[in-house]
Amino acid sequence: MVWVNDIIQGILTGGLYALFACGLSLMFGVMKVVNLAHGDLAVVAGYIAVGIITVTHVPVLWSFAIVVPIMAVLGYVLQRTMIQAALDRSVLTTLMVTFGLSVVIEAGLLQFFTANSRGLGVGNAIITSSFSIGSQITIAYLLLMIFGAAVVVLLGLQYFLSRSKYGRLIRAVADDKEAAQLCGVDYRHVFGVAAAIAFGTVALAGIAYGMYSQLAPTIGTDTILLFAFAAVVIGGLGSLWGTLLGGVVLGVAQQIGAQINISDEVLAGYIVFLAVLVIRPQGLTARRARS
Amino acid sequence: MSTVTETTARSAEKFRVTRSRRNVAWTGAGALVVVVVLALFPYLVYSGTTSTMVQAFIVLTLACMWNLLAGYAGLVSVGQQAFVGLGAYFVLILALNGVSPFAALPLSAIFSGVVAFPLWWLVSRLRSGYFAIATWVLAATIMLVIERFSALGSGTGLPMPGLSGFSSTLLNADTYWVGLAVTVAALATTYLVMRGRLGLVLTAIRDDEVAARSSGARVGLTRMIVFVIAGIGCGAAGGLLAISLLGVQPNAVFSIQWTAEMAFAVIIGGIGTIEGPILGTAVYMVLQQELARYNAWYLIIFGLVAIVVALFARRGLWGLVDEYAHIRLFPVGYWLWTSGEERRGLLRRRGGRAG
Amino acid sequence: MTGERPANGTPLLEVRDLTVNHGQLRALDRVSLQVFPGEVYAIIGANGAGKSTLLRTIAGLHHPTEGSIWLDGEDVTKVRPERRAVRGIVMVPEGRRLFESLTVEENLQIGATYARKGPWTFERVYELFGWMAERRSQRTAQLSGGEQQSVAIGRALVANPRVLMLDELSLGLAPVVVQRIYGMLPQILATGLTVLLVEQDVSQALRVASHLQCLLEGHTTLEGRPSDVTPEEVEAAYFGLAVLARGDDPPGTPRSWGKAVPPKPPRPPFEGGKS
Repeated sequence: MVWVNDIIQGILTGGLYALFACGLSLMFGVMKVVNLAHGDLAVVAGYIAVGIITVTHVPVLWSFAIVVPIMAVLGYVLQRTMIQAALDRSVLTTLMVTFGLSVVIEAGLLQFFTANSRGLGVGNAIITSSFSIGSQITIAYLLLMIFGAAVVVLLGLQYFLSRSKYGRLIRAVADDKEAAQLCGVDYRHVFGVAAAIAFGTVALAGIAYGMYSQLAPTIGTDTILLFAFAAVVIGGLGSLWGTLLGGVVLGVAQQIGAQINISDEVLAGYIVFLAVLVIRPQGLTARRARS
Repeated sequence: MSTVTETTARSAEKFRVTRSRRNVAWTGAGALVVVVVLALFPYLVYSGTTSTMVQAFIVLTLACMWNLLAGYAGLVSVGQQAFVGLGAYFVLILALNGVSPFAALPLSAIFSGVVAFPLWWLVSRLRSGYFAIATWVLAATIMLVIERFSALGSGTGLPMPGLSGFSSTLLNADTYWVGLAVTVAALATTYLVMRGRLGLVLTAIRDDEVAARSSGARVGLTRMIVFVIAGIGCGAAGGLLAISLLGVQPNAVFSIQWTAEMAFAVIIGGIGTIEGPILGTAVYMVLQQELARYNAWYLIIFGLVAIVVALFARRGLWGLVDEYAHIRLFPVGYWLWTSGEERRGLLRRRGGRAG
Repeated sequence: MTGERPANGTPLLEVRDLTVNHGQLRALDRVSLQVFPGEVYAIIGANGAGKSTLLRTIAGLHHPTEGSIWLDGEDVTKVRPERRAVRGIVMVPEGRRLFESLTVEENLQIGATYARKGPWTFERVYELFGWMAERRSQRTAQLSGGEQQSVAIGRALVANPRVLMLDELSLGLAPVVVQRIYGMLPQILATGLTVLLVEQDVSQALRVASHLQCLLEGHTTLEGRPSDVTPEEVEAAYFGLAVLARGDDPPGTPRSWGKAVPPKPPRPPFEGGKS
């Protein structure tokens, strides 16, 4: 029953997708910004990690602690300057600006790192290995850890949004930023915080991806952005756990596609995405129809 | 060429509304001269130059289409490369069946337009951000689907049949002339659309969709028409691309780079104007020629300039020219004249509010 | 609520010659007002008269084309809306504008995030609106119109404002509910607040206000204390009818408190320059 293995692989990969997707969902839910450069930022984080490790030879796990805060700060700055300026103009300007950013980042990465893919060497041998359940199911430790990390991050985000002061501010500003202003809240600052979180999580996801698979300049859009968005749409905007559900559905669909024809893995994911967009754009968990 | 209407305003001053200023007749003559000169290029310049011109034609045609979509219909599509690829592949398919690629080009453009209908049905209900991503996914999906067909060369593509009988000079010249024809057609289409009723409806939709709807404008239908026109235009450009590359390779014809180039050209040149794409393509060609040695640099600079322009000079370079020199080459707006005065800014219906 | 004003006092909130354009439309035309501590100042007028624009401009959500806004002697015309709220000008916006995905308590918490020091605590707000304490964990989207209005007021109160601005409280609410909410005004005023309110219901405004101003198409047509204006004058100011002469004043003179206000010269329809 090789299908069971595939489904498990799909579920676990879903965790990685959810990690990519939660930042995108946050930025869209709070600022109504579709950040077309979202995936490329993950790749940038991965490359920064590669660079740091190459130069300083720190253990791989340290790169998380270094790169994630850097990207979070970058997110705050970018949101307060470029993205806010675009938002003040119009929705279309935001799309054009983030698209431009995406292209510039990819071209830049191509320029400096060439098109060759590279991975973050994962030092610890245990992580690269896998364990087996029965004779049919093999699970890589790394993938399991990534799934675990995704669950932890989502739990953390959930807690942050529902219990903390800034989480409350973010939710309020997402509901009605003008009313928030009347309550003394500087919504631009709160947007910045939300962007910082989004960039931080996507950096985490990017480094994890670099450990699990290979980084290349173009995967930001080909692989990451479209699948992150697919996870958000399938799961339903506005629900963090929906993002996980969406990621899982996507992952499983891809594994099934790969079974049918090895080169159809990606295609299967796209088709599911398109189907959801057409039939039920509000996703699997959202109650209201949203387009 | 200009319509004149007499109106009496509240203050009992007489106003006159025209489509154009005096200088437009000069533009018409000028455009004709330009086209004739361009048509003579293959006799006058080296083939390297005409090849470069073909590239410019492709980008200019694409830019015209993206301008119609984003600047007038309010549709930011980052998936137009789907039509570029489809146009290329349709020419290939027809050529594989014995049709001359040059003859196949207009057919391929029409087929691309036909495909635009179901694609529009898939994405039409989506709003801005979702719409953009959906077009991107569509393009990626179409590429993957086409790559499954070994008859079309799978992932590596195929050379274009039907071109080997030409001498290199003649092929070069023919490609050039076809390219010129496609570009002139694209510009003419844009002009006619904007000048006519469709353009009026589009501007109304762009300014205030709800008001336009309640005035009876068929918003969905209008947008669909623009989407299909853009599909035809991008398909034609794709066919031209396939001919100029002497073959089709999926990664080349479906590359997001086409959308990047057409979008940046429009943004920099001036979104929502007809002159804008022309100016933007010129900028693109300059950058490309100067920086081609440095690989991806031209795209980096191009992109950065586009971002800066989108944020700080929303109407692009042409917008700046229009603003300070009050020149408009193509008469698609309205000018308000008061008795005795040169012009007044009050009723200027511009092409462009960026987005 | 005597309406007597100190002879040489600084108004708590002052607006001078405020002019606001929405594109080509002049929403407010040289409107001025002064609100002294402890007053209830009401702005009345028909739809589109500019009342809400006035309040929103004072709150900072619109930029005036001309004129200035002063809080306790300080010019706040250029201050951002969130900073104005922190300084003490807090508005309860038209239509409530609660944070719908947040609970009652969370809405109050947002209001309290940048609050000044003062007598209004959560407990006090729960006391004022008896039903609120036990429903504090309910999402505000599920509340009735009157309950939402109470939460909106509560959210403003916990910020301990100096000037509380109420924009069209009665909109969309049953008269009984409106009465009950306005009935709480004395308790609110008793804690030292000053209230500036916009109200479509003229009789309600006349009942609670210590001073009032009537707007029509962006101009001031009447100004004074409720006790000093007749119903006919209010009606005339509201609808823009010719004012009845009273006593020794020349016929057609608009009234302000105590003295005749000369009509302002009309503005030309188009200002020069770009649109």
